[in-house]
Amino acid sequence: MLVQQRAEVAKLVREIVTPEGVPIRFQLARAGDRAGAFLLDMVIQIVVLIAVGWALSLAAGAHLEGSWLTAVVVVLAFLLVNFYFAFFEVRWQGTTPGKRKVGIRVIDARGGQLETSAVLARNLVRELEVWMPLRLLLAGKVVWPAAPGWAVLVAGAWTFVFMLFPLFNKDRLRIGDLIAGTRVVMQPKVMMPPDLVAEHAEVAVHRPQVRAFTFTEKQLAVYGVYELQILEGVLRQTPDNAGYFEAIRTVSDKIRTKIRHEGHIPEHDHDRFLRDFYAALRAHLEQKMLFGKRREDKFSK
Amino acid sequence: MAVYRQQGRQMRSVEFRRERETTWKELEALIAEADKRGLRSLTAEQLARLPHLYRATLSSLSVARSISLDRALTEYLESLVGRAYFVVYGTRQALRKQLADFFAWKLPSTIRRAKWHILVATIVMLAGAVAAFQLTLGDMDYYYAFVGDMAQGRSPASSTAELRGGLYDEGSVSGSLATFAASLFSHNSRIGIMAFALGFVAGLPTLLLLFYNGLVLGGFAALYHSRGLSVDLWGWLLPHGVTELLAVILCGAAGFLLAHGLVFPGASTRMDALRERGKHAAVIVIGAVMMLFVAGLIEGIFRQTVTSVPVRYTVAGTTAAWWIFYFGYVGRRRDTRAAVAREEDAADAEVIEAQLTASAAAAKSMSMSPAGASMSMRAMRSQRGRK
Repeated sequence: MLVQQRAEVAKLVREIVTPEGVPIRFQLARAGDRAGAFLLDMVIQIVVLIAVGWALSLAAGAHLEGSWLTAVVVVLAFLLVNFYFAFFEVRWQGTTPGKRKVGIRVIDARGGQLETSAVLARNLVRELEVWMPLRLLLAGKVVWPAAPGWAVLVAGAWTFVFMLFPLFNKDRLRIGDLIAGTRVVMQPKVMMPPDLVAEHAEVAVHRPQVRAFTFTEKQLAVYGVYELQILEGVLRQTPDNAGYFEAIRTVSDKIRTKIRHEGHIPEHDHDRFLRDFYAALRAHLEQKMLFGKRREDKFSK
Repeated sequence: MAVYRQQGRQMRSVEFRRERETTWKELEALIAEADKRGLRSLTAEQLARLPHLYRATLSSLSVARSISLDRALTEYLESLVGRAYFVVYGTRQALRKQLADFFAWKLPSTIRRAKWHILVATIVMLAGAVAAFQLTLGDMDYYYAFVGDMAQGRSPASSTAELRGGLYDEGSVSGSLATFAASLFSHNSRIGIMAFALGFVAGLPTLLLLFYNGLVLGGFAALYHSRGLSVDLWGWLLPHGVTELLAVILCGAAGFLLAHGLVFPGASTRMDALRERGKHAAVIVIGAVMMLFVAGLIEGIFRQTVTSVPVRYTVAGTTAAWWIFYFGYVGRRRDTRAAVAREEDAADAEVIEAQLTASAAAAKSMSMSPAGASMSMRAMRSQRGRK
């Protein structure tokens, strides 16, 4: 199941090459996240509109009808609805309040600078994707009083096709993204992981009477990078996790059988054994890698 | 104990991390600050350090990929570089400079480059106008088909005096006029943006929209012409109409630009053609929205208060002259400079392309030799695959 999940995630990973020529990978934003961000932004717009209208009607009292303020409100509403997204994406480097909350971001598909014209292009198209069909659906009777049933149906189908467009292409592109050459990606979480080897060495220093487990060249030659990184995953779990020690025990037994590690290990030392083995195996494989030999997994030579 | 110490020291990846960790942490802190409070909250010194830290971390990532098998660390560096990349290569912040740039060069230049699309849009609209004009002159019943009942109180059933009165209806500058102007602006702009966006549906709806606009205009003109009110009508229409019609045509042209990229991408891929033209089209639409704002002001306020025919024509002529000057001549010199730069870029790209092909061929011949697949060759091959 884990493997399946990984494959699912890998399908959404896109690589861009930075202007410095180094490829970095981003994960495309999921459709649900994007919809959530959009809804949040819509709620903000509506709240602002209502608040401004309310404040003005308070300020102007009964004179609102036909006053200059109405004109200002009309223009403001237009600007808000049409340029809310563009404004924030330009000022906040590809995010809007909703996107920021959800943790997604607009980038240039090729890794270049996100141009203002691209931001404008991707957001002006919302007129076609959202507003026009929405108006037809909700206010159809006002715009077109005698709208027959089929017109509403067409508007519905239209909305459907354009709103679900991102689900039907592998890059999760909205039409706006297609036109502007942009992608929406997940904001990567930045958390510096502890250094397993150095940290382990530090801890061991405080227990000088304990000798490290040692491994022969032959024992280290059993595994490859893939297994090393699986082991890393096991060791990086938090020790207060309920199943941690059980997992450690299982993995330790398995490895010891495989590499024919002789000798008894005390119950509480399995963790230390695995950390020693991890450090030794990583040193071994990295050493080989320096000489141009990267061993992918236990099956490769 | 000795063994533990040694382990750490022997491993280059551990050493590497120890040496560079401070740089990464510094970058992390800067990015967190910039994300939370915006780039402006950084001091000048911090801003100056940002690109430096970014490049250093980028190089760390490259090194980590080649010497470290610590997966979590590589992933961390990748995320950090990704975050920093957003900040370093996000949109530029200096909005004022961008705006100046937009008006002094980008807008007129983009419009000049779209001249053929503009011509087509103009022809489509004129065709609609001429057709409707001829048809309506022949049979006034067509007026209802083309214009409908949207111009209230102005139909073939109205008397000439009524029609004339409508053109010189004097109002006073008041809030309601301003509201009228504002609604005109937002309505027209929405239609303009739609004309652009509909370009994505192969441009056919854009074409219809323009043609329909022409029909309304033609039908209207025919009605007034038949009563000998042509001069008065155009005096009423053109002061804002020059700007407004031009803006509508520009939006249509933007739609055609999109459709062009989609339907006839030419030598580039469809995606590339679309993104290239999409950006140009967006610039044009923004220009058009601004023009519509101006047109809304003229229509909503000026027209209702100034009834002198010569003044009306003077204003119309002045706006026309202004747009011709602005779109035709502003930023010309920079156009030539940009063209030269583009040519140089293209030449550079050709050279790089040639070198890449050569090195790819070399890598291929090397990997075919029986010497085997060492790591470095594998790297070369995967690089080639990426190209």
